[in-house]
Amino acid sequence: MAEPLLRVEKLVRRFGGIVATDNVSLDVASGELHAIIGPNGAGKTTLISQLTGHLEPHSGSVSLGGRDITYLPAYRRCALGLARSFQITSLLLDFTAADNVALAAQAHAGHSFRFFADARKEKGLRDAAHAALDRVGLLHRADVLVSRLSHGERRQIELAVALASKPKLLLLDEPMAGLGVTESQGMVKLLQELRKEVSIVLVEHDMPAVFALADRISVLVYGRVIASGDPAAIRANEDVKRAYLGEAHVVTHHV
Amino acid sequence: MKTFTVSKAVTALMLAGLVLLPLYSQLSGNIFILTLFTRVIILALAAASLNLIMGFGGMMSFGHAAYLGIGGYAVGMLAQEGVGSGFIQFPVALAASAIYGLVIGALSLRTRGVYFIMITLAFAQMAYYVASGLARYGGDDGLTVYKRSDFSGLINLSNRTQFYYLCLGCLFAVIVLIWRIVNSRFGLVVQGLRSNEQRMQAIGFPAKRYQLVCFVISGMMCGLAGALLANNTDFISPAVMYWTRSGDLMVMVILGGMGTLFGPVMGAVVYLLLEEFLSQLTEYWALIMGPLLLLIVLFGRGGIMGLLGRLNRG
Repeated sequence: MAEPLLRVEKLVRRFGGIVATDNVSLDVASGELHAIIGPNGAGKTTLISQLTGHLEPHSGSVSLGGRDITYLPAYRRCALGLARSFQITSLLLDFTAADNVALAAQAHAGHSFRFFADARKEKGLRDAAHAALDRVGLLHRADVLVSRLSHGERRQIELAVALASKPKLLLLDEPMAGLGVTESQGMVKLLQELRKEVSIVLVEHDMPAVFALADRISVLVYGRVIASGDPAAIRANEDVKRAYLGEAHVVTHHV
Repeated sequence: MKTFTVSKAVTALMLAGLVLLPLYSQLSGNIFILTLFTRVIILALAAASLNLIMGFGGMMSFGHAAYLGIGGYAVGMLAQEGVGSGFIQFPVALAASAIYGLVIGALSLRTRGVYFIMITLAFAQMAYYVASGLARYGGDDGLTVYKRSDFSGLINLSNRTQFYYLCLGCLFAVIVLIWRIVNSRFGLVVQGLRSNEQRMQAIGFPAKRYQLVCFVISGMMCGLAGALLANNTDFISPAVMYWTRSGDLMVMVILGGMGTLFGPVMGAVVYLLLEEFLSQLTEYWALIMGPLLLLIVLFGRGGIMGLLGRLNRG
């Protein structure tokens, strides 16, 4: 079997007595959209943080394209092709949308110890930024300060920023969080487009969206993966129903 | 872009005033005003350098006056040892500031927020006490610089007008440099780090490296101000590194407008002139100065530049 793009092996992370990530192993194949679901407090964000390098695991390993990245700092992983979006929007509020995205492109266009040339006039960076903004449908808002954009627009900028770094793997931490119905549908549509170009790990609460998008789903409960498989298998899985889905009645039939 | 604004007009007026000041001084025979403004310009240069890390970089250094001392002592100590050439003194002043900035920055930038303020303050105080202990160079009493830096006929620092224009030239050069830096790739990264460090790391920027380089550049600019200051007063003492002087620089930056190109210059001019004239009026000038600054900071968020900007819209 080909080397998976992302391989997580026996990852453990504790907070005091609580084991937030309990022996988690999972693979993400190239081109796959792998969703991670689980009830609140299941350790999804903790897991993502270890993948992005914002949190160090106590044991286990993470490798990207065959390379061990378990203890690499966030910015190095990013250089290797790992991009993330934040669950709570994290952007440069006092910068324009285009500046936010252009900085992501800049981070991947050599070092930034260039002191004299006007970076806002670098065509390569601006073009990359505009292309990414266009991708998420926000080109017309390019020169607006992010602090003046709506929540929904900021979620889209998050995505554009991640895209601008031309990642191999996109880690999306609840991209639908706080979006209205129409906005969510727009986001699903956008992700459906993006998945053709890039592998995605998607952490999301919006079940219809997850089941519509995912190739595979891993279910996290109390820091442990209790099931992993394609959407149909997950929907049929008794453990999953009991632990998570049964009460919420969210996984009905989705087109 | 090219529209007229009040703040632009006031800035242009101020700059024109600074350029023409020696002319006025000559015509009116008022030598004092030239000496006063030389000092204003040197401290404006120091404030502008602080603004680079504080206003644009979000690094609240409370120890910036240390560089004034380092630059000044580089000139004073070399002069004392018989090295009078400015071509040696000034590069040494810059190099010493860079080394200090590199070491202090590497240590201080491990911390954030209040701790960063405290640790930069602590290092500056250490520099202050080290200077006080230099018995060979006057210790507490300071060191008289008997001969100003010698630029072998290129420019005569003992000539008031020439020295004034040297300082003004340095100030303009530094402001142009800051302007270029702020809009460069490097500048955008540093400002991005001020805005949201987590985000910048996530898109692939090693934060500390960029902040450290910015810290060092700012320190070198302030070291230049220190070298000029020692020449201006013909004297250097530990007092220029004292924490209150660092505080003065911070006040100038905040008063003028953090993160604006000309704010620190405006702040330095207003602060030092106020100090000068109020102290002539009364011994208790600080009683007037304090509340005045408080009012400007409270009601003119963004300092004088912010106030002027609002005039335009209102």
